[in-house]
Amino acid sequence: MLGKEQALNRLSSPDELERVRKSIIKQRDPDKPCITICSGTGCHAYGCERVAAAFKQEVKQQGLEAKVDVRTTGCHGFCERGTLVVIKPRNIFYQRVKVDDVPEIISETVLKGNIIDRLLYTDPNTGKKIVYEPEVPFYKKQKRLVFGNNGYIDPTLIDDYLAVGGYAALGKALFKMSPEEVIGEVKKSGLRGRGGGGFPTGIKWEACRRAEGDTKYIICNADEGDPGAYMDRSLIEGNPHSVLEGMIIGAYAVGGHQGYIYIRNEYPLAVRNVQIAIKQAEEYGLLGNNILGSGFDFSVRINRGGGAFVCGESSALMASLEGKVGEPRAKYIHTVERGLWDKPTNLNNVETWANIPLIVNQGADWFAEIGTPGSKGTKIFSLVGKVNNTGLVEVPMGMTLREVIFDLGGGIPKGKKFKGVQTGGPSGGVIPESLLDLPVDFDELTKAGSMMGSGGMIVMDEDNCMVDIAKYFINFLEGESCGKCVPCREGLKRMREILTDITEGRGKEGDIELLERLSTVLIDGSLCALGATAPNPVLTTIRYFRDEYEAHIKDRKCPAGVCKELITYQIIEEKCPGCGLCVKACPTEAITFMGKKKPVILDQEKCIKCGACYDVCKLGAIKVE
Amino acid sequence: MRITAKQLKQKTKSILDNYQRDQGMLVSILQDIQAEYNYLPKKVLVEVSQALGAPLSQVYSVATFFKAFSLEPRGRHLINVCLGTACHVRGAVRVLEAVERELDIKSSGTTTDLKFTLETVNCVGACALGPIVIIDGEYHGQMKTDKVKALLKNYT
Repeated sequence: MLGKEQALNRLSSPDELERVRKSIIKQRDPDKPCITICSGTGCHAYGCERVAAAFKQEVKQQGLEAKVDVRTTGCHGFCERGTLVVIKPRNIFYQRVKVDDVPEIISETVLKGNIIDRLLYTDPNTGKKIVYEPEVPFYKKQKRLVFGNNGYIDPTLIDDYLAVGGYAALGKALFKMSPEEVIGEVKKSGLRGRGGGGFPTGIKWEACRRAEGDTKYIICNADEGDPGAYMDRSLIEGNPHSVLEGMIIGAYAVGGHQGYIYIRNEYPLAVRNVQIAIKQAEEYGLLGNNILGSGFDFSVRINRGGGAFVCGESSALMASLEGKVGEPRAKYIHTVERGLWDKPTNLNNVETWANIPLIVNQGADWFAEIGTPGSKGTKIFSLVGKVNNTGLVEVPMGMTLREVIFDLGGGIPKGKKFKGVQTGGPSGGVIPESLLDLPVDFDELTKAGSMMGSGGMIVMDEDNCMVDIAKYFINFLEGESCGKCVPCREGLKRMREILTDITEGRGKEGDIELLERLSTVLIDGSLCALGATAPNPVLTTIRYFRDEYEAHIKDRKCPAGVCKELITYQIIEEKCPGCGLCVKACPTEAITFMGKKKPVILDQEKCIKCGACYDVCKLGAIKVE
Repeated sequence: MRITAKQLKQKTKSILDNYQRDQGMLVSILQDIQAEYNYLPKKVLVEVSQALGAPLSQVYSVATFFKAFSLEPRGRHLINVCLGTACHVRGAVRVLEAVERELDIKSSGTTTDLKFTLETVNCVGACALGPIVIIDGEYHGQMKTDKVKALLKNYT
């Protein structure tokens, strides 16, 4: 159905691609102001669509179309401060922009060049206002090789991608390199899979190329199920062509002609943008038959996931692609030999694919200079939780956790104390303060008992209970376990029961050791990585925060004040002015109003520990014990 | 809004045709059907199984395996409380409990008047705004227990 409209401006050679690129660039005046509005999912939640519409309308109303461009782009990464607006070419950075600010931005900044002070970002450490985007500390230390173009292109316009050099790598690979040379380059670059395992990409490709069979499949894993991580979504949503370009090059290298993008249905904007990108690439002849006149055919189709974490596992994902239940299988035979429909299949993650055009364009040597000896290139992290600058950061491998959390992330909000950072999602672990100077790379994180995973980084402060966190992940994994193998299905259930007992005051001497023993069984006996890595959150929290487990078991106390059964809410009488807000908020009428200026009284019998009073009190007159 | 049996058949047929009755697209087909009816009626599952030439047991197992599917009718408004890790560390459980109390249903339940269905989701990737509650696709960030009542009042 989509193929009908081809022919229009189909490119039949790399030279033609370059001519089209030149004419696109020529039409664009680099000095013409361009208002870029971040339109990632995060900013959508802030209402960026309305801001973008207001800009377009204002420009039209004032008849400024010839003087200024308005562009909605992919995610810029600094989600904490959305809606983000950057005015190019000067890169003036405005944050928390609302519809009401739009006319002033046009009349003052765009037309007169004046800076609007109140929309600038203030560095909380120095109190100084920052005007230009690259000088914001959040961006300053980043190395945005893969993610950087997000801010320059409208993901729904292929011409924007061509204008920043898009599909040049494809032309180079198809016409100047043999498939073996492409694989050699990727191998030499040292690129390792960004989806979690960190398997060397080039070696995987080589195995798939060598596998017997004429039909081979290419898959992009965009089933980002790791809770608290969203870099893959922002990348494929903000720069879908970079992922497609990587996939086409990969298909050429391993000899595949059909590709699939398996994407979470919870990411509607990403699904839409990828659909548009595929259609546009097909129209240009960059996808489909005889790509760029090279004789190479490759087409891509989208499959939406159904919300199952285990489908991020390659064999489960492939089962789901076949219309079956997403259960993994034992991988005595690798999926590169027998994957989808039993054919050799090469699966890589979104970020891995997006790295490929860079490597082909700039060479393996350039790429291998970035990072650490064992982990090359950059990695995008989703820096979230109890951190001031929530957002996506792309840093060279080897940067320390401290730099990421404190220099880029701006530290912990409300002056609280840092407790730990959880990396690698449910398969990873919690890393304590004592290891903050650990360089972030695949091997170092594994040594610490955690893992790189797909790049989630959840920061936790003193108010987070580590036993509760372990229980949270085990609970999550129990729900997501497909149930096929016993160690994972039953083991996680038992672990959850033990952890629940501990958090509810029924912990026993020996529980910690039992958890450790059970963990060994899961690690050794599970069918797939979901079960084999599931104990990581438990083992790391025991390893680094054993005293918290012991406080729950021996003293029946939750030091962080999280576990409901082990805490009580108390009114601090000297701080309570009797305003009555908590009285209204309490769903069980456990708090009694005693008259103005008199502290309220909390009846522990009636209290269900819902925390409503704590949330509503502005004076900090309620404490958790 | 009741859908007649004939309309049901027609719609299902057109969704199946969109995917060329390809068995590999089963998940997507079920998603489109659910988007249409807000759940997966039994009749439709039978039809899908026949059209794709896949055993009903396979269609059923896929429909029950994935969290996104419901075999029961759901409320007019779908509430999703995000329980991703970032939301969890910022107190999402307390928000979920507040919604449960307010509607007097548990997670994955539907109110008796079919007004609301309450579900949880494992991360929507808008972590900067956590805890986050999504109602009918609209994001409500930085939720707190005391904001729940007012938020739900906006829906009729």
